Amino acid sequence: MWEQQVAFSVLALAIGSAAIGVVRSRNVVHAALFLVVVLAGAAAIYILLAAEFTAWVQVLIYIGAVVILFLFGIMLTRAPMRGEGSRLDNDQRWAAVVVSLFVLGVLIALLVDAFGGQDIHFSHTLVNLGRTGSVGRDIFRVYVVPFEVVSMLLLAALVGAVVLARKD
Amino acid sequence: MELNEFLILSAFLFCTGIYGVLARRNGVLVLMSVELMLNAVNINLVAFSAFTKNVSGQVFALFVITIAAAEVGVGLAIVLLIYRNLHSPDLDEVDQLKG
Repeated sequence: MWEQQVAFSVLALAIGSAAIGVVRSRNVVHAALFLVVVLAGAAAIYILLAAEFTAWVQVLIYIGAVVILFLFGIMLTRAPMRGEGSRLDNDQRWAAVVVSLFVLGVLIALLVDAFGGQDIHFSHTLVNLGRTGSVGRDIFRVYVVPFEVVSMLLLAALVGAVVLARKD
Repeated sequence: MELNEFLILSAFLFCTGIYGVLARRNGVLVLMSVELMLNAVNINLVAFSAFTKNVSGQVFALFVITIAAAEVGVGLAIVLLIYRNLHSPDLDEVDQLKG
């Protein structure tokens, strides 16, 4: 049990500090690389929760596709790479700190009140649950209609992105 | 392990995302903060999937990942269009609707 606790603590520390790096970094490319650490840490958390298929999808889609797209966006908009860090933030920084700390406090109070003391029990059924077979069975039996709707949405987003970014 | 450890980690990630969306001026960085918030939701979904021993949470996490990919594609196209029209990726410059 304690091995999982240690692994979770290390991952949580890495994810937390990298997330702060994403929102505080003065260099846009560094922010994108911090985002990679957050996404890989989240994938490791899924592995810890025995959600194997979801973890690899996270690595493929997020780290493989989304971060590359972000780097393309940074290059194409010629974002300031260094020096001009003050242009990256606006002047409502302290209001933003207050709002996010307030939301964090409310969420933690609610979570401790609602789920305090409840444990996740790791067992063999949990490992079987995260296998590709069981996830696929659930997608194509219970969630077929949402799956098809999501594929239509993806197609619409693809066409929309091409239409928006096209040079006339 | 306690369920709350995962939930509080995801709450922290979500609030970092809120700070980024509110405080960042560059459009690409705002989209990155939105990704942080979507990831917080995914951690929640997978943690509850393990808690209730039900695979539905993981299926929903997969749907969220798909929609995040679509959102980034369209969002970056919009930021690119703003940059092309205003010669700046800053979202503060987009104030044509201001009276």
